[in-house]
Amino acid sequence: MLDSRVPAGPLAEKWSKHKFEMKLVNPANKRKFTIIVVGTGLAGASAAASLAELGYNVKTFCYQDSPRRAHSIAAQGGINAAKNYQNDGDSVFRLFYDTIKGGDYRAREANVYRLAEVSVNIIDQCVAQGVPFAREYGGLLDNRSFGGAQVSRTFYARGQTGQQLLLGAYSTLNRQIRKGKVKSYTRHEMLDLVKIDGEARGIITRDMVTGKIESHEGHAVLLCTGGYGNVFFLSTNAMGCNVTAAWRAHKRGAFFANPCYTQIHPTCIPVTGDHQSKLTLMSESLRNDGRVWVPKTVELSQKLQKGELNPSDIKEDDRDYFLERKYPSFGNLVPRDVASRNAKEMVDEGRGVGKTGIAVFLDFAEAIGRLGEDTVREKYGNLFDMYYQITDENPYKQPMRIYPAVHYTMGGVWVDYNLMTTIPGLYALGECNFSDHGANRLGASALMQGLSDGYFVIPFTVGDYLAKLGNFKPIDKNHPAFEETRKEVENNVNRLLSLNGSKTVDDIHKKLGHIMWEYCGMARTAEGLTKAKGLIQELKKEFWSDVRVLGENEELNMSLEKAGRVADFLELGELMVDDALNRNESCGGHFRLESQTEEGEAKRDDENYTYVSAWEFKGDNQAEVLHKEELVFENVKLTQRSYK
Amino acid sequence: MSNSKPVLSSSIGRKLIMSLTGIFLCTFLIVHLIGNLQLFKDDAGYAFNNYAYLMTHFAPIKVVSYLLYASIIIHAIYALVLTLKNRAARPIAYAQNGGKANSKWNSRNMGILGTVILVFLATHMNNFWWKYHNDQTPYIEYSKDLATGVVTSKEISASEFHDYQVTVVNNVEVTKARDLYKQVDFAFQNIGLVIFYVIAMIALAFHLIHGFQSAFQSLGFAHKKYVPLIKGLSVWLFGVIIPIGFALMPLYFYFVK
Amino acid sequence: MAQHMNLTLKVWRQKNDKTKGQFVTIQANNIADDMSFLEMLDIVNEDLTRKGEDPVYFDHDCREGICGMCSLVINGRPHGPKYGITTCQLHMRSFHDGQTIVIEPWRAAAFPVLKDLAVDRTAFDRIQQAGGYVNVNTGGVPDANTIAIPKRIADEAFESATCIGCGACVAACKNASAMLFVSAKISQFALLPQGQTERYERAQAMVDQMDAEGFGNCTNTGACEAECPKGIKLTNIARMNREYLTAKFFREEDVHVQS
Repeated sequence: MLDSRVPAGPLAEKWSKHKFEMKLVNPANKRKFTIIVVGTGLAGASAAASLAELGYNVKTFCYQDSPRRAHSIAAQGGINAAKNYQNDGDSVFRLFYDTIKGGDYRAREANVYRLAEVSVNIIDQCVAQGVPFAREYGGLLDNRSFGGAQVSRTFYARGQTGQQLLLGAYSTLNRQIRKGKVKSYTRHEMLDLVKIDGEARGIITRDMVTGKIESHEGHAVLLCTGGYGNVFFLSTNAMGCNVTAAWRAHKRGAFFANPCYTQIHPTCIPVTGDHQSKLTLMSESLRNDGRVWVPKTVELSQKLQKGELNPSDIKEDDRDYFLERKYPSFGNLVPRDVASRNAKEMVDEGRGVGKTGIAVFLDFAEAIGRLGEDTVREKYGNLFDMYYQITDENPYKQPMRIYPAVHYTMGGVWVDYNLMTTIPGLYALGECNFSDHGANRLGASALMQGLSDGYFVIPFTVGDYLAKLGNFKPIDKNHPAFEETRKEVENNVNRLLSLNGSKTVDDIHKKLGHIMWEYCGMARTAEGLTKAKGLIQELKKEFWSDVRVLGENEELNMSLEKAGRVADFLELGELMVDDALNRNESCGGHFRLESQTEEGEAKRDDENYTYVSAWEFKGDNQAEVLHKEELVFENVKLTQRSYK
Repeated sequence: MSNSKPVLSSSIGRKLIMSLTGIFLCTFLIVHLIGNLQLFKDDAGYAFNNYAYLMTHFAPIKVVSYLLYASIIIHAIYALVLTLKNRAARPIAYAQNGGKANSKWNSRNMGILGTVILVFLATHMNNFWWKYHNDQTPYIEYSKDLATGVVTSKEISASEFHDYQVTVVNNVEVTKARDLYKQVDFAFQNIGLVIFYVIAMIALAFHLIHGFQSAFQSLGFAHKKYVPLIKGLSVWLFGVIIPIGFALMPLYFYFVK
Repeated sequence: MAQHMNLTLKVWRQKNDKTKGQFVTIQANNIADDMSFLEMLDIVNEDLTRKGEDPVYFDHDCREGICGMCSLVINGRPHGPKYGITTCQLHMRSFHDGQTIVIEPWRAAAFPVLKDLAVDRTAFDRIQQAGGYVNVNTGGVPDANTIAIPKRIADEAFESATCIGCGACVAACKNASAMLFVSAKISQFALLPQGQTERYERAQAMVDQMDAEGFGNCTNTGACEAECPKGIKLTNIARMNREYLTAKFFREEDVHVQS
């Protein structure tokens, strides 16, 4: 049984009490410690800056050419905080409750409560940094309701909240780089974790420009490397997003939790063909005013698909606004998993639209009629432009076509209340960990979690760990563990470079993506998952025998970068399938066809599955071992989610 | 105290120099055009030659004129320095350049336009300023009847007179002066020079259409109401009225006189 | 169905920053018009890889126009022939069958080529490090609604803050000047109340760093504004000039630039 180290006491007092109970590092001693931060998105940049402000020496690593380009930047909609500025009944407890419920009761209460509690500090911090949030005419901050919330608690900066928050964190990081407290390594990829006496003491990186395999030592290592959605090949993640750092840490002993929990976002631009390299998300805020529909009959859909009819030719009576019909109280604003699954249902019934038939409409005609085109333009103009650029269709004149796409992974490296993994000294923050969103994440909560972990949680908990180390000695760079691990990484790189088959890395990645989407996507069955496992194992063999990696290590080498990442995705894919197979219930983003209510909603099995699945790596090509962390709910009552 | 770089060795400092000298030169053009409009008076150059004497001998104006020469030189030198620095900032040029899709031709070729104007200035100064200051112009004597205001003139030779003289005898004011007007008339009988002047004024127009408003941008001037005004002045005053006004002078002397 | 086209690419190939580069002609066949430009390059690279030839290295990441990583000069235009978008948002329907497309990296002394079409833009990071922040530590800040900021000001600051740091302004400028980028950041903080305390130090420090990186001097051609994928306005440069000159001439004694 895993120990989550959740402090005792009433929910609302746990964090304050814990903060007091944690040991502190004397200000003069902080500079004797070095902390490695991998990834510079919201979690990484905020953690690195905050720790450096405290006096620790920090080294940051990112694969992009600048810390500012981490994929947090692409978040559009907003960030939640329980400020209750709108006087509409919001509170820390309500945000906590919504998040737990939205996560389908598969998240840890204490973590979620802490998240809701510090959410208010995040907004204060960001405003102080000069983040230009949207404001009302009176000059105070504006809020909107977002992604199924009944209160307006989402702060936003037009359609680019993620970029503005990341630039805020990046600016504080820059300040510490200028002061010499942070050393930033860009175009560096973490390829392994170095452990000394069972504790994390450094990492091995590859300088992507020179190919140099380097060792970096530190007293603690923070993984802030984001999610693994690119295992599906097509996702809303950036092209470079990968699981490698987290996976290599997993192989060194960090348990991987709930890998099957993936979020499929309902409002993305549909796939057009095999050439497609990524999917573009359209902010969920569009569902505030857009209405989702498909034709009532398959015949009409087919005519639309063939181009014989235009959307405007479909009479109001022949339209099925299926979300409004099925969920009268939430309507188009049901949580992401529900909206996605319903879109898939429509397409499976043959009522999809667009040339491929794999899309549903998101229609703004009613909103334009009610608010006027100018108001709609002001609210969503940049999203409409983006849609137009990609599809060459004008969403002011005809409804958008949307379809769900992989967007976020709730699963990740298992961490305790302190965000420490099962390897002492190794932490995981943000999307990289599993802790706060359960089986489904609510809109505008990812940014909140990344910044909460980085600004307000890790500075305390890392201090506690370092204080308990009992000495201030620098890490021994010459410890054989560094050289051994470095050699292993080098061998792995050379092994990849020796592959000289006939397939490209992308060929394999696309195949993996198809398998995952087909069998481990929006709807999963035991049969399909078993089949997928076999397919992935075959694909893994194909990768190691027939893939082609070009060039040499000592240069910017696209083939090599991709090959290393896809090798890890293949292993992760198998674990996801195992996890999905093990969890014989439906919850949030994990929908097992075997487990649904009569109305086709996800049906949980609280008796048998109210636990976190944490998987332990046992060796290459060996079955991973399942460890369970029981989830205890003392403050909320587990109910069947209903958005009717 | 600040340990920041001195302002004039910064990029914005250099822009400041360019803009201040540029604006000063623009104001000079206005004065110069208004003064030279006297060339169009059919008075055998009486007004113009008096004006020329004033401009070269009145102390405050002399001070301004030295500022002007300095401005021209500084403007040109800084332009050269900036051009060299800008070249160094892009050591390898684009094989294909789509500049016309994102900016106006004149804004990208201020150096070429400026060079044309500089060559023009050298020619212009040599033709008139140098000749005037070095006693190479003819002389003229005006007799103005103070009762009727009628002016008559006759050519005189240098030996009869030195520089400038005004005497009043029997209610007749006699002015002896250098005849720059005649020199202008003479110079502009050369069709080559007339064409060169017109081309130079076209270059000036394009230089100022960009340059005048650009100077205000460099100074940090950004105002919703006044920037359009400045842009309007750039085009209509400095791009149309002033260059056409100047270009009409050689054309007038060649075709009309 | 999608239209397909065959194209001739003239691509800049350069092994690293120490070697000289050259144009290489590559055929791109059967390209669908609903592909993005980068997907077209993906296909070209897949073909090269299958043939055992080194794929063309180019920077890209989010592919939705916000990370600022993609950076190609296409037929002489940063981010290609359309206005207001990044290269990853450019689609092949903007080209026609049989067209020759010249693809070059950003060209500036301050952006050395790393390989093929990828350049080193860390100069931008160093400029930001020189002063592109508000000096606040985590914690201990006032409530977010303590200072009301007029919507007009907040919106204007936001407009400046939308810069994605791609460097198209430098690439487009005939002088390889970085003033649009630098001015956008200076403007954001100059407008907001949170940025006031260090307003003049910031302007000086960032301009100094910009000059030290070897960018050219602005001559107000406006090319940067025209090519900026995020529509950052030239008025930012005017504001930066004003901030900087005010700092230099009127605030000198108040200014203590951090080293």
